[in-house]
Order: sequence, then structure tokens, then C-alpha cells
Amino acid sequence: MGGQQYLRQFLADRWALAGAGTVIAFLLIALLAPVLTALSGQDPYTYHLDALDDTGRPLGFGGGISTEHWFGVEPLTGRDLFAIVVHGARTSLLVGLAATTIAVVIGVVVGITAGFFGGWYDRLLSRVIDVLYGFPFLVLMIALGAIVSARFPRTWLVIIVIGAFGWPTIARVVRGQTLSLKSRTFVMASTAMGAGSVQVLTRQILPHLSVTIIVYTTILIPGLITTEAALSFLGVGVPAPTPSWGRSIGEGIGWVQTDPMFLIFPGAALFLITLAFNLVGDGLRDVLDPRKGAAVR
Amino acid sequence: MSTSSTPVLSVDTLTVDFETVSAVRGATFEVAHGQVTALVGESGSGKSVSATAVLGLLPGNARVGGSVRLNGEELIGANPARLRQVRGGEIGTVFQEPMSALNPVLTVGAQIAEAIRTHRTLTRREAWERTEHLMATAGLSEPARIAGSYPHELSGGQLQRAMIAMAISCDPVLLIADEPTTALDVTVQAGILQLLRELGERLGTAILLITHDMGVVADLAHDVVVMKDGEVVEKAPVLPLFAQPAHPYTKNLLQAVPRLPELELGETAKAPMDDEGAREALVSFRNVVVEYGGRGRRDGVRAVQGVDLQIGAGEVLGLVGESGSGKTTVGRALAGLIPVTSGELEVDGVDVARASRTTIRGTRLLRGLRSRMGIVFQDPASSLNPRHSVGSGIAEPLTLHTALRGPALRKRIVELLESVHLAADFADRYPHELSGGQRQRVAIARALALDPALLIADEPTSALDVSVQMAVLHLLKDLQSRLGFACLFISHDLAVIGQLADRVAVMHHGKVVEQGSTAQVLGAPRNAYTQRLLAAAPVADPIHQRRRREAWQSLARTP
Repeated sequence: MGGQQYLRQFLADRWALAGAGTVIAFLLIALLAPVLTALSGQDPYTYHLDALDDTGRPLGFGGGISTEHWFGVEPLTGRDLFAIVVHGARTSLLVGLAATTIAVVIGVVVGITAGFFGGWYDRLLSRVIDVLYGFPFLVLMIALGAIVSARFPRTWLVIIVIGAFGWPTIARVVRGQTLSLKSRTFVMASTAMGAGSVQVLTRQILPHLSVTIIVYTTILIPGLITTEAALSFLGVGVPAPTPSWGRSIGEGIGWVQTDPMFLIFPGAALFLITLAFNLVGDGLRDVLDPRKGAAVR
Repeated sequence: MSTSSTPVLSVDTLTVDFETVSAVRGATFEVAHGQVTALVGESGSGKSVSATAVLGLLPGNARVGGSVRLNGEELIGANPARLRQVRGGEIGTVFQEPMSALNPVLTVGAQIAEAIRTHRTLTRREAWERTEHLMATAGLSEPARIAGSYPHELSGGQLQRAMIAMAISCDPVLLIADEPTTALDVTVQAGILQLLRELGERLGTAILLITHDMGVVADLAHDVVVMKDGEVVEKAPVLPLFAQPAHPYTKNLLQAVPRLPELELGETAKAPMDDEGAREALVSFRNVVVEYGGRGRRDGVRAVQGVDLQIGAGEVLGLVGESGSGKTTVGRALAGLIPVTSGELEVDGVDVARASRTTIRGTRLLRGLRSRMGIVFQDPASSLNPRHSVGSGIAEPLTLHTALRGPALRKRIVELLESVHLAADFADRYPHELSGGQRQRVAIARALALDPALLIADEPTSALDVSVQMAVLHLLKDLQSRLGFACLFISHDLAVIGQLADRVAVMHHGKVVEQGSTAQVLGAPRNAYTQRLLAAAPVADPIHQRRRREAWQSLARTP
């Protein structure tokens, strides 16, 4: 049961280790984005029209790759693509992590209370989950974009909406586990010793859910990062000029014939981070899930 | 002692190894024609593995050595086709859990007919006729109806009889019965044991009986093989083994079996409901009814229908009954864990019946009461939170109800561990690192942490081996006389109840049918059901058991 043993098992899984390394690298890139762009002397907002030809196509090899512009420049505007990708990591990770936090908190609270208290409360919340599963979330997002006051920061609107729609899966899993834990004798023993509902939930049930929560969280993060990218791709996510991989990919589609590198750099970044988080999630599940461990042994 | 010269089954220096563990180390024993040989031992002794090795059904990672001969034919290393013929053909098998050994989506009859047609070329009609005939042989009264039933429509006893019918379908020379009655109630068990005895005598089938219950051994076996840690420690015919056990382990095993007093069956009478506890009542049940699952217009199931019980301060009341009798429900209602539908239930002046029905005010009332009440559950593996260390498990009631913290709390935990004879360093271990008996000691320490006035013990020893059970019972008895708490001791095992209880109440179909002093209820019961229950309980003494069996048979004849 020791943490060291888990760590050793996790380190033995090469794919998970590579995933964890990539995730850490992206986190560092996001944190140090201003420093990294300062190295090349660029920022993601300045136009470099001199790097473009008359049609707006970047001059030179691979979309204008040069010692100045490491990933080339954006067509039409000439903004530095390296700076956009690096700053885009900030947006993606901020939205992904913040929305995941919201989703996990709501999901765990709803799931654990619904499973534990049962009755009409559980039936109501279970119906809410069913509704959320079938909700036209994209339409809502577009509508909200039009309705919500322009002064409300768009990035946070995206985070709140993604988070508010991301919790049903985790709530269902946590509810199911709570239901089976509730009937275990040690929970009844705790009640019989005079523990109140809050004590039973936090002392007896929550520790058993920690593994599930950790694993679902790491699997939820890449899902929500892609959701953000999808929204930005459609033009209803993070607004310009804030750099976003999703928006760059959306614009890059139009240039794929003439300037494929404009699609490839942000696309590769999105692909890598999603894959990395998924690898870490799978690795954690293999190590922590006691049922799977028993089957292997 | 054996009547025939050549044994049906002879196992010679059998060894079974699983990777690094050796489960059986050189077991040698024989089973003779028409004889019942019992393979006895506690959990982990290798008795079931030995039987599985005879059938050639061990998992792939097992290495088997030695020799297993059936009528002189070597089975170890025999080709798989031949082994399939032997299984179900020459060797019939009866398992512990009849519920899970039968396929739930096929009728019982279809499964027996299939077993017959696997080994013999019969038409469907002939197989079906034989099925009904076999079920009648197995003592099922309406073979046609039962053959057409699905497993969930039958009782445990009926299913086990059907399993026996299937096991004898191809006239086996050997029947392997692996804990055939462990999952059944005593009154049903007595019938199954009787059936096995008759089959051995009438068909001359040799029976290899695997069991942990010395009472069953005393009832059925001719020869006994005692196993411990994968080795055979003693082999003897049943009478000498019980009279003069040679090996110290056998002696311990026999001494650890709780004994019942000699049974006197008088006239059945309206049993006296002697429930006026001599001392002032700490707990009183008056006409308590508990219903499950009734909501809206649906009717619930009445698990407890009108129970009157009293427990005096410092008194141990044994509550005995078979599965489904409502004894566990009584215990849970007493702890306020399930709502009481009607009637009065008072504990130390607190109206538990009303508190269990009202949500918010009731919780507060019960909370106060729970600091004076401890519970020990049946399965210590599940009643201790696997993620909490032993110390923090014991600390739970203390932190909930007292201001003890830090070193004072630690000191109290160590005191409690010592009171259940565990060393102080157990506080830092986790439940999965402990044996079953140690876990139950921890559960007892936790239940006694607050010096309760009342202890509810729900089958505290039925998940434990006999020798461990004896130690836990001694501990409970010792603690009870030292600390003087009252106790509701719930068990299906009459002998265990007899060890501990001052008074005994017998439950049947949700009602208390007899109540009185332990000596009176267990020695000279008046109620017809109590008499049947007591006569059916096997005792670990072949001579004594023969008298009880005769008493049971005469009771069974008179409806």
C-alpha cells in the first residue's frame, strides 16, 4: 500500500513516464512563456508584414521559418508562430485545469451526496445528469457568447461553461462507488459508533474514492483541453487576440495547401498534450486501481 | 476397521505447489468402498486443494506430484479425455454453495439430464425419467415439479439435494462432498447428512467428505484424516479419534469445539416466556415489528413480527435462530441502524423506536446513546476500514465522543489493544496485515473503547476457525465479567451461545418462540421448533451424536 511502491510501479511504465515528462515540459513552457519568447525576441501580438509576400503568404521555407521566427509566422498578419504556440499552451492548460477543477468538485460533491443520501435527492440529481448528457452544449455556448455582457472575461466564461458540463461522468462513477461503499459493514460500524453523515462521508467513504477521483481527473483534463480547442476552432471559445491552439488550427485549415506548417505546429502541440495526459491517466489507473492489480497478480 | 480390502481411492504422498507456496505436502490417505472418510482441517490446511487435485481441476499454475489411484487406475497425468470421463462418471462431486454451483438460467432438471447425457447415450425422454428417479432417490418429495424449477425458485436444502442427485447420476464409485452443508441451516444440514449416510449404505458409494466441522465428522464419518498446513497429522477411525486423539493438534481442535449439554426432550408445551430479567432491564423490546421495503402502497417484508425481549444490566442474552429468522434485524434495530415499524424499544431510558423513525431529532438522541453501545459485526475483514490503521480505527469512537487527543488518546488505544491481548505496535498496522482472529480482537477493542453499557455482537465468531473462535469467545467472556457490560449475543450456533449467554432467546420466522435460562433452553427445550433445532445440531462426539441423531429422527417422524 506504500506510496513508494506505487511510485516504483509507475516509473516502470515507460509510456506513462514519457507522458508525465511531456506534461511537465508543457507546464514549464506555459509558466515560462514570456521568458521563452523573449529568447527569440518575439511576442504573439506584433505584426510582421515584412515577412509576408503580397498575397499574405509567409516568405521562405516552411512558412517563414528563420532564426528570428523559429516556427515561422502566421499568414496574413505575420505574427510569430512560436510565440503563439507557446502562449497558446498557457490558454489551453489554464482552461483545461480550471475547468477540470470545477467539474471534479461538482462531480464529486454531487456523486457522493446522491449515492449516500439516496431517495428523492438522488433521483433528482440522476435526472439532471441524464439531461446534461443530452444537452446541446455547443448551441448554449454560442448563445451565451451573444448574451453575456462583453465585460465578462471570455476565457472565464469558457472555463465555467466547460466545467459546468464536464462533471456528469465523474458524478456517475462516484455515485456508483458510494452506493456500494455505503452498504459495506465498516460504514455501518461507523454509524453505529455515533458518527454523523459528514464524518462518515469524509472519514470512511472519501478515502476510498481518492483513486477513482485521481484517475478520472487525469483523464478528464485532456478531454476538456480538446473541448476548449473545439470551441475556439468554431470561433466561440477564447476570443482573439489571445493565442489559442484551437483557433490557430481553425485558421490553419484554410491555408493547408499553401502553408501546411501553420496547421502542423499548433496541431502537434494539441496532439502531444492530449496524448501525454491520457498516457499518465492510463498509467495511474494501472498502478492505483486495486481490482486491476489483483487481476494481474 | 475398513470393511473391504482394496480401497476405492488411494492417495499416496500427494504434493501440490503453487509457485512459491506448497499447499499440500505429502498427503496419504484412502477411501474404502461404502465408507465415509472425512478430511478435516482449518482454513489453509490443504483439504480442499487435495480434493480438487483428485478431480484434476487445479489451476494451471499448480504443480502436482505423488499418486492418486481410483480403483487402481492412476489419475495424475492421465489424459484429459479420460479425466473428463472420470469426473461426473466414476467420481461425483457436491459443492459448498448449491446456489452458485447450478446455472441460474436453466431448470434444475435440464442440468441433471445434461449431466446424464454427457456420460451415457440415452434419449431425452429416458434421461428425463432417470432425472426424476434420481431426485426421488435424493429425497425430494415432488421430483417432477422440482425438476422443472429454476434454481432461484428452490430452497438451499432442495438445491443441495438436486446437486446430490446430479452427483450420483452416473452411479459413481466415489462421491466427493466439499463442505456440503456449510452454507445450510442446521435443520437442513441434518437432512442432507442423513441422505449422504443412506447413499453410502444403500449404493455402496465411497464418500470423501471435506469439512471443518467436527460435529459433521462425528455424525457421518467412519474414518477421519486430520490435515494441518498441507500435511496429514493424524488418521484414525472415528471412535478412537474422538475418544483418544493422538496428535496434539487434533486434541486442540476437539477441545476448541464448543459443547452442548446432553439433550432432554420432554413433552412439547407452551414454552414459558421467562423474560422478566431478574435485574433492572437495560434494554426492553415490547411487541417490536420491523418491516423492510414497504413504501407507498407496496407491502413490506415483515422481518420481525412482535418481539418481546429484556436484557438486564450486565446480562448476556443469547439470540439464536436460523437464517431469515430476524435475529440480525433485531440487533440492528437495537443499534438504531434500521427504523422500527411499530412497538416499543427502549435502551437505558432512550426511546430507540421513535428515534429511529425521526430523522433529525432522532439522530441526536441516538448519538448520545451510541456512546454507551458497542457493536461487533460478523466479518471483521469488512467491518474495519481497510484504509485506516488499527490505531485510527480504534480511535474513531474516542474522537467522536470524548476529548481525548494526542498522547492521551494513544495511551488509551494501547490500553484497549492490551485488553484484547494484542501488542501496542498493532496500532500502526493495517487490517489486511492481520489474521481473522486478530481483526476480530481489534473490532472488539473498538466496540469497548467507550466502556459501553451494552455490547451487540452479531455472529462475531462465525467467520473464524474453531480454534480461533474459542480464543475470541474466551476473551469476550473474560472482558464481560471484568467490565460488566450487558450483551446481546447473536448467533446461529447453539453451542457458541451456550458458552457465553446467561439467558437464551430462540427466534423463528420473526418471532421469539422460546426464552429462558441457558441451561433450560439448551438442555431441556419445551418448544417444538427449539427441540428440532437442538436435535439437529451435531456435536463433536460420535456416541453422543448418535443419540441426538435418533432424537432428531424421531422428531422428524412426528410432524
